[in-house]
Amino acid sequence: MSIFVDQNTKVVVQGLTGGQGRFHGLRNRHYGTQVVAGVTPGKGGTDVEGVPVFNTVAEAVDATGATASFVVVPPKFAADAIMEAAEGGVTFIVCITEGIPAQDEALFFNKLRRNHPKTRLLGPNCPGIISPGKCNIGITSGDIALAGGPVGIVSRSGTLTYQALHELSQQGVGQTTCVGIGGDPVPGTSFIDCLAAFEDDPETRAIMMIGEIGGSAEEQAAKFISEHMTKPVVCYVAGVTAPPGRKMGHAGAIISGSQGTAQAKMAALEAVGALVAQNPTEAGEKMVEVVKGLS
Amino acid sequence: MDLYEYQGKQYFARFGIPISPGGVADTVDEAVARADAAGYPVVVKAQVKVGGRGKAGGIQLADDADAVRRHATAILGMDIHGHTVHRLWVENASDIAREYYASFTLDRAAKLHLCMVSAKGGVEIEEVAATDPEAISRLHVDPVDGLSLERAAGLVEAAGLDTEAREQAAALLLKLYTCYVEGDCDLAEINPLILTTDGRVHALDAKVTLDDNAAYRHPEWADYADDEELDEREKLAKEKGLNYIGLSGSVGIIANGAGLAMSTLDVVTQVGGTAANFLDIGGGANADVMAAALDVINSDGAVRAIFVNIFGGITRVDEVANGVVEALRRVDIASPIVLRLDGTNAEAGRAILAEHLSDKLIMEPTMLDAARRAVALAGGKK
Repeated sequence: MSIFVDQNTKVVVQGLTGGQGRFHGLRNRHYGTQVVAGVTPGKGGTDVEGVPVFNTVAEAVDATGATASFVVVPPKFAADAIMEAAEGGVTFIVCITEGIPAQDEALFFNKLRRNHPKTRLLGPNCPGIISPGKCNIGITSGDIALAGGPVGIVSRSGTLTYQALHELSQQGVGQTTCVGIGGDPVPGTSFIDCLAAFEDDPETRAIMMIGEIGGSAEEQAAKFISEHMTKPVVCYVAGVTAPPGRKMGHAGAIISGSQGTAQAKMAALEAVGALVAQNPTEAGEKMVEVVKGLS
Repeated sequence: MDLYEYQGKQYFARFGIPISPGGVADTVDEAVARADAAGYPVVVKAQVKVGGRGKAGGIQLADDADAVRRHATAILGMDIHGHTVHRLWVENASDIAREYYASFTLDRAAKLHLCMVSAKGGVEIEEVAATDPEAISRLHVDPVDGLSLERAAGLVEAAGLDTEAREQAAALLLKLYTCYVEGDCDLAEINPLILTTDGRVHALDAKVTLDDNAAYRHPEWADYADDEELDEREKLAKEKGLNYIGLSGSVGIIANGAGLAMSTLDVVTQVGGTAANFLDIGGGANADVMAAALDVINSDGAVRAIFVNIFGGITRVDEVANGVVEALRRVDIASPIVLRLDGTNAEAGRAILAEHLSDKLIMEPTMLDAARRAVALAGGKK
């Protein structure tokens, strides 16, 4: 099985007629994803290599039965596109857009939480989701993933998501689903959402989690692991040697306290029994050992 | 982007948050003119983006023009924790009865805005949080609802602000919230927020961090960007639109994506090397971006080897490869380049570079192999 998407997921691409939307939307279709529609205001009635384009998400959903949306639009249009997707009736939204203002993210996250509780947003600023052999929504290169499980991957960082897939596939270890949650301040889907889904997915036997410095998402995940996870978790946290990033000033420092450094995150994860690797390659090696030990 | 105090105060004033009358001065004469306009006594304040200005002598009280002249002369050009003072803020001195604290920021865990207010202002707020956490009152604000005057009033009361300050402080919080939301701040902080002896509440300091992602809807921010304190490499990188942070090691690093770039620094360090920089060429990087990145690294005299670590997603590896070829054509790259290329169109990218490979342009199959090779070439580990 997979989490959040499967072979029946029907995708509408918001921004299909743009350069990035066309490239990645068609690439997702080529992978085998059911890309059933595109949306670009004013371009309804046209098509992109046979994929019909509609003016609105609602029209696309009516005509094609789309269940998920892939948002590939510039930052200034992203908030409206996401809300249009939710209002148009899709229940899973993947937004890869990088550079959306944090105030916009906070607003649409809370609008979705309140008015569309059954709609899941993945991202923004994420690579998307791939369930190898079934569905690929986003910008991940399909050929680096390997079908058949037993590992679920969740990652905060785009390129490290690919690195994690690559490390496992190279070793012949397949994946059930790989979810890139993105590194923005207000991600629609959290580590915990993914850990919970993987815990419930019978085909996922172990989870690889890739974190990075900043915020406290890894510490929250550690707490969840200790309280709810029975499956083994291998972790890597990027940024042990990173220069101090953007200063958030005093108020930010209070929220995270001593949290936020890679060291603190690794310690929190280690304390709850997760296997913590020092680099992506070592994470792959640790996972190979874990998979060997699965009966 | 962090603002200077004077920029933060001017930003606050835009949203109707009361500040002391004052002005900016780059010379001693200007300082005197600003003081004359603001009314004596005045405070002469060094404008640097670093804490501890007061203790370093960068904030001085002046009763008359002669004193302003004396203090401005001393402070301009002063070094405060490695920051040279080029600019002063001169404002009318306030008679302070009480010092409070107020701020808005995003609580990433709750995914809501967080307002914090304390009656113990004027000191480092982390110190208050550590020693007397009860002294800070917190309120989550859902951006869908916004902040009501009623809740703001409840918060200042809970924080124990003096009765005569409460009404003004609650009204000020609403303005600070508007500044934070509509002004696209990551942080809007007032410390201290003061009550004067004649019963007025206003901002005596301003700490504002703007969300760079919102710059497209704030053309007025262009003025702030010019004044940022960057080293030469960082200036060049910024001109070219690159996400670059200068470090002091010998292995120049170019990667796509912040996570992979951070991880690349980690791995270089683990195999015994030192990174010269952090450089994320971002998603969708094309040939021009790659060429610009190599140009910036090449300008760093400490670099002995360059590690280009690319895992294509939205970034297409063939375009990156074209960028490397283009950069080699345009610029004489002083250091050997070690490449590791995977992901979208990786095979096409490797094919483009195949005919250019030499002892100055080396391809390695994995991230760890490439890190070891780059570190060895930099002389970091034999």
